[in-house]
Amino acid sequence: MSEVLLKVDNVYKEFPTHGKEVVHAVDGVSLEVFKGETLGLVGETGCGKSSLARCMAHLYDVTSGSVSFEGTEISTLSRRAMRPIRREIQVIFQDPYGSLNPRRRVGSIIGDPFAIHGIAFGNERKKKVQELMELVGLNPEHYNRFPAEFSGGQRQRIGVARALALRPKLIICDEPVSALDVSIQAQIINLLADLQRELDLTYVFISHDLSVVRHVSNRIAVMYLGRIAELAPTDELFGQTRHPYTRALLSALPVADPDTADSREQIILGGDIPAATNPPEGCRFHTRCPKARADCAITEPPLAAVLDDTDDHRTACLHPLTLGEDLSTAVPDLKAS
Amino acid sequence: MALLEVRDLRVSFDTPDGTVRAVRGLSFDVEAGQTLAVVGESGSGKSVSTQTVTGLTRGATVSGTAYFDGTDLITADQSTLRHLRGARIGMIFQDPLSSLHPHYRIGWQIVEMIRAHDHVISKQAARKRAAELLTLVGIPRAEERIDDYPHQFSGGMRQRVMIAMAMALDPALLIADEPTTALDVTVQAQVLNVMRRLQQQFGTAIVLITHDLGVVAEMADEVVVMYAGTVMERAPRRDIFYRNHHPYTQGLLASLPTRSGERLTPIPGSPPSLISLPKGCPFASRCPHVFDKCRTEAPPLADIGPRHQSACWLPVQANEAIAS
Ligand SMILES: Nc1ncnc2c1ncn2[C@@H]1O[C@H](COP(=O)(O)OP(=O)(O)OP(=O)(O)O)[C@@H](O)[C@H]1O
Ligand SMILES: Nc1ncnc2c1ncn2[C@@H]1O[C@H](COP(=O)(O)OP(=O)(O)O)[C@@H](O)[C@H]1O
Ligand code: SF4
Ligand code: SF4
Ligand SMILES: [Mg+2]
Ligand SMILES: [Mg+2]
Repeated sequence: MSEVLLKVDNVYKEFPTHGKEVVHAVDGVSLEVFKGETLGLVGETGCGKSSLARCMAHLYDVTSGSVSFEGTEISTLSRRAMRPIRREIQVIFQDPYGSLNPRRRVGSIIGDPFAIHGIAFGNERKKKVQELMELVGLNPEHYNRFPAEFSGGQRQRIGVARALALRPKLIICDEPVSALDVSIQAQIINLLADLQRELDLTYVFISHDLSVVRHVSNRIAVMYLGRIAELAPTDELFGQTRHPYTRALLSALPVADPDTADSREQIILGGDIPAATNPPEGCRFHTRCPKARADCAITEPPLAAVLDDTDDHRTACLHPLTLGEDLSTAVPDLKAS
Repeated sequence: MALLEVRDLRVSFDTPDGTVRAVRGLSFDVEAGQTLAVVGESGSGKSVSTQTVTGLTRGATVSGTAYFDGTDLITADQSTLRHLRGARIGMIFQDPLSSLHPHYRIGWQIVEMIRAHDHVISKQAARKRAAELLTLVGIPRAEERIDDYPHQFSGGMRQRVMIAMAMALDPALLIADEPTTALDVTVQAQVLNVMRRLQQQFGTAIVLITHDLGVVAEMADEVVVMYAGTVMERAPRRDIFYRNHHPYTQGLLASLPTRSGERLTPIPGSPPSLISLPKGCPFASRCPHVFDKCRTEAPPLADIGPRHQSACWLPVQANEAIAS
């Protein structure tokens, strides 16, 4: 599982604001997506997950840096040159309600990719669409219905069917289950797992819900303010957490188990996430980090293996956590180093 | 007697498609100083039932009783309700932006809220109290930020302002409808912590509406599990997680993502329409243990243990075996 499918190299994505400032949505991200894996991307709202996803699929032009798919740099390709690759990379969006046109029938919505790429016409297209509907667990007889006639979970299945139409290699799922109730969320998670196995898919799975990401991912990247704080195989990220922000995220996640809830360490982060227009100097987490020291406000830590970690576990922290270290009693001291 | 006693609450709405029976015979108690979590999927009637209890449902047909400290909130007139809301019953909603007026300063809104109920307090004293409240809910430099507008606050800070307003008059009961659903987990942890601390300090009873079983495990004393407008199971927190009886409660728990990544066991299908509910048990169409009787007769909410009730025909022992 080490063939690189997609490579993100030092990508920056900036957005202008009304004033003179710019939003640093993605601020120097490098990572690889391996063939056949599910790479999870977590972080709090506004940290740049969706922006990074759109850069990966070349739905956005990157401000700088590069993205390559199967060895071909795609971040600079024209629309026309991008066309054949567009088929290979599909995105499933956050909102199963907002992303479907309410006035169009689902059959034609799912058939969009065929129309765009001029593949299969008339009855042949209908047949292909109905096969897709079957594949994702929708009743093919509902071909002529409108989105409003489907429940939230079914609408998400419509999104999945459309993404699968051109048999892509990579699917970027941007919060595919966040708007759904747990019982429906579980149906979609199982569906995505089945499809991955059957169709040999690679996923980038974005969510702010760490328990969902943990369930589906082989590796996880934790983002904070446009950068990756920690990137590791799932078990290691949880078992040997290095970055204080990762630990804080883990500790804030409510667990549906009273015994654990009563006994676990709670790290309550102070303050709010700084504005993405003006990320802090040095380590961008230093304004909230319980372990922050003077050097953290000056030196920006690179994303690299720390302590005795191997290269598949990378952490951007000057004072990474050692195994068993207690963060709940740590106190920041920006005067000492 | 409990602080709030809701009995056989029924709420329906007439719509062009037919009558939506949003709440169908709901009963629960809230004890002073305790947290009751109301959990259930979207559309199960969580919001409608609590809004009805506080007199905030419009255009609905309502029956049943809801005694709060001796007053039936269902039959109380608007002025009684208006007084109780705020003074004795504080409320927090999911979206803090919609509850704060965008054009007025945060401090001014809290001051107005205090003065609406306390007619003798001076403007100065109310302002001082507002600053204290903001400090209490963890807004740093409250004295300076009191003159900010809502848009200058982050989502988590706005939700803390809502808690400050709900707590301003030291209410006996706080109703929080998905107070952290729109927030990130780290901010959610901060807000839940504030609620916990205030409860310890002031002995406030809390009705916490949520669809997040993690939040339930963290916060609840007692839990009500709702489905299709009615209670499926009601029990102390640990019983809901470790000794549950109802297949719907079990289905919710089995749907949760696991640490190991093993295949999930979702509840198949989706909830029934509240316009044309089937006869019998409302969960029958999705229940793995359904049998003939379930489809003809709706099971009553029956005692199955100490403070533990379930609305399911399955015998108690047999079902617990299934759970484990
Ligand atoms: N088109 C845009 N124009 C200007 N700013 C933008 C645009 N899209 C995103 N941003 C900003 O870039 C930052 C990252 O946004 P992004 O949508 O990538 O976050 P996210 O991690 O996906 O958040 P969420 O969890 O809320 O979906 C935010 O500060 C956001 O406001
Ligand atoms: N004003 C209304 N008119 C018609 N139906 C309504 C109205 N308000 C709520 N409902 C319906 O009542 C049911 C319960 O809603 P609600 O209490 O908001 O659910 P939740 O458990 O998600 O809070 C839903 O089916 C909803 O669509
Ligand atoms: S570099 Fe310093 S501030 Fe940043 S996460 Fe590590 S310890 Fe905290
Ligand atoms: S009454 Fe029957 S259908 Fe309803 S939950 Fe119990 S076993 Fe299932
Ligand atoms: Mg997003
Ligand atoms: Mg609601």
